[in-house]
Amino acid sequence: MSTAAPATNDGAVAPRRRPGSLLRRAAAGRLAVVPLLLFVAVAFGIPAVAMAYGAFTTNTSSTPGTPSAFTSGNLSASLQGGYLTALIGSVKLSAMSALIGTVGGLLLAQAVVTSRFQALRHAVLSASGVLANFGGVPLAFAFIATLGNAGVLTTHLHLKDAGWSLYTFWGLNLVYLYFLVPLMVLSVLPSLDGLRRQWREAAQNNGATTWQYWRHVALPVLAPSLLGGFVLLFGTAFAAYATAAAMVGASVPLITLQIANALNGNVAADAGNVALAMSLDMVVIAVLVMAVYLPLQRRSARWLV
Amino acid sequence: MAGMTAATLTASIDPPPGEQASARRRGRPRFGRAAVLVIFGLYFAVPILASFLFTVDDPVKGFSLSAYSQIFSVAGLWPALRLSLELAVATIAVVYLLLIPAVVAVRLGGPRLRTFVELVCTLPLVVPSIALTAGITSVLRWGSDNMVPGQTTFIQQLLIDIQNPSFPVILLLAYVVMALPLAYRTLDAGMRALDVRTLLEAAQNNGAGRTRAIVTVILPNLRGALLNTAFLTLALVLGEFTVSSILGFVPFAVWIVNGNAAGQGPVTVAVSIVSLVLTWLLLLVLSAGGGRRGAAAPANQ
Repeated sequence: MSTAAPATNDGAVAPRRRPGSLLRRAAAGRLAVVPLLLFVAVAFGIPAVAMAYGAFTTNTSSTPGTPSAFTSGNLSASLQGGYLTALIGSVKLSAMSALIGTVGGLLLAQAVVTSRFQALRHAVLSASGVLANFGGVPLAFAFIATLGNAGVLTTHLHLKDAGWSLYTFWGLNLVYLYFLVPLMVLSVLPSLDGLRRQWREAAQNNGATTWQYWRHVALPVLAPSLLGGFVLLFGTAFAAYATAAAMVGASVPLITLQIANALNGNVAADAGNVALAMSLDMVVIAVLVMAVYLPLQRRSARWLV
Repeated sequence: MAGMTAATLTASIDPPPGEQASARRRGRPRFGRAAVLVIFGLYFAVPILASFLFTVDDPVKGFSLSAYSQIFSVAGLWPALRLSLELAVATIAVVYLLLIPAVVAVRLGGPRLRTFVELVCTLPLVVPSIALTAGITSVLRWGSDNMVPGQTTFIQQLLIDIQNPSFPVILLLAYVVMALPLAYRTLDAGMRALDVRTLLEAAQNNGAGRTRAIVTVILPNLRGALLNTAFLTLALVLGEFTVSSILGFVPFAVWIVNGNAAGQGPVTVAVSIVSLVLTWLLLLVLSAGGGRRGAAAPANQ
């Protein structure tokens, strides 16, 4: 390690071309990764381990310093009753909004890519960057002002008489799509750019219709990035908390709301460890979705070569 | 880069004056494209416009901009915004310091190092921010639960110090973790367009050390990706609600929600719109600038 240090010196020394320098450079290159790994180990690793540990332990006595006992009770509690309903509600909402978001994002991205106006491209891309990252609070308020119980559209179009409510499954879907569609645009646009115009022309010269071109050429090529986009959207919708929290009174049970309630001590005292168990449930589901996606992606990637 | 070239190609080829053969076929997708753009345009514009109407609608006068003038006087907004901006600047700085050397190393190193770093930077995606928060609270609670009055250990003192409300380092740590996946991908994509190895070797043959070579040769070439990372991180920190609200801090987004609950509805919605539009304009200026450079490059070759 100490031999690597001189290689990072500033250029006071004359150019070195000694044979050892290449090896030293490689070692110095590896070392540059160390701060990142250390940071992730501390800022991400410690909370993650604490979460997993807490999910399997319980504090039976309230006196400080007593060792906690191992139990699987938190996990089984987190998969029962209202908690289970919330978990299923989250999965359903995320799957549905991710599905609609994937299709909608693909359509919008395709419209932008084939457009002649560069300004449109810049406007959509930058707006997508903001909406996908800004988080749900302003969006929730915008939708409450638009389609909430006293919202502008709700009152002017008398939507309430038609049975509309923003605080339902489909209402939340509509709000989630406001940041999921932009996210999909951002993640699928590079692949759409990669579709060669010649492929389309070749298909057309062979008599293919637009539908046949998409069915047999474009979609198979795009499949990995569409899948990747869907997984990303699912993960984002699954993790979303701010939107639902800002839309007070939403009747849709969500796992993130349950965890936040338990952490804020709004329910039973020992709910803290159940909150950790619910968090672990979330991680397991996210990992499963990722695990389904990775081999699929590798298989589709093989076709691209 | 490739994206820009493809888009320019389409732009120049798309409207051919003479060809009639496939005009009908090409006409249909164009109609479909217009419909898609109109529908999504409405979907994205209407909530913003309706919020604007909501903020200027005055029951007595009919129209009033008082919600916007209150932005400058309402209690608590500026401290909250300042906290968010300070956190954003610190987050961007830490992300740069950690990721730039790592991404350069990944470009120079073997595929195994690359896969490993990519995996590490993607890990936060599988742990939702609320789960991360749950973990953080249990670490912090461990510190306060095992506290004996009068004798705080070094670690306990550290856990207290990072929760200092005037600058909560614990939020900085969480935000950097949350920004890692996107920042890594943006910087890595920017780096991919460069021939890092050749650039570095050229600089080092001219006598520059590695650090100097990175600062004076690599970074200027990465300007677009660096700015993009900075603005996306800024948007993430400004809008972040989950971690800060549960840990009990009051940055920008938490103030908006609290203010709304406290009956300051119009002001908080006005602040939401202004923050969204301002961030968008910043990013738009940035992308227009970057796009012009990107589009100019192929033409010069």
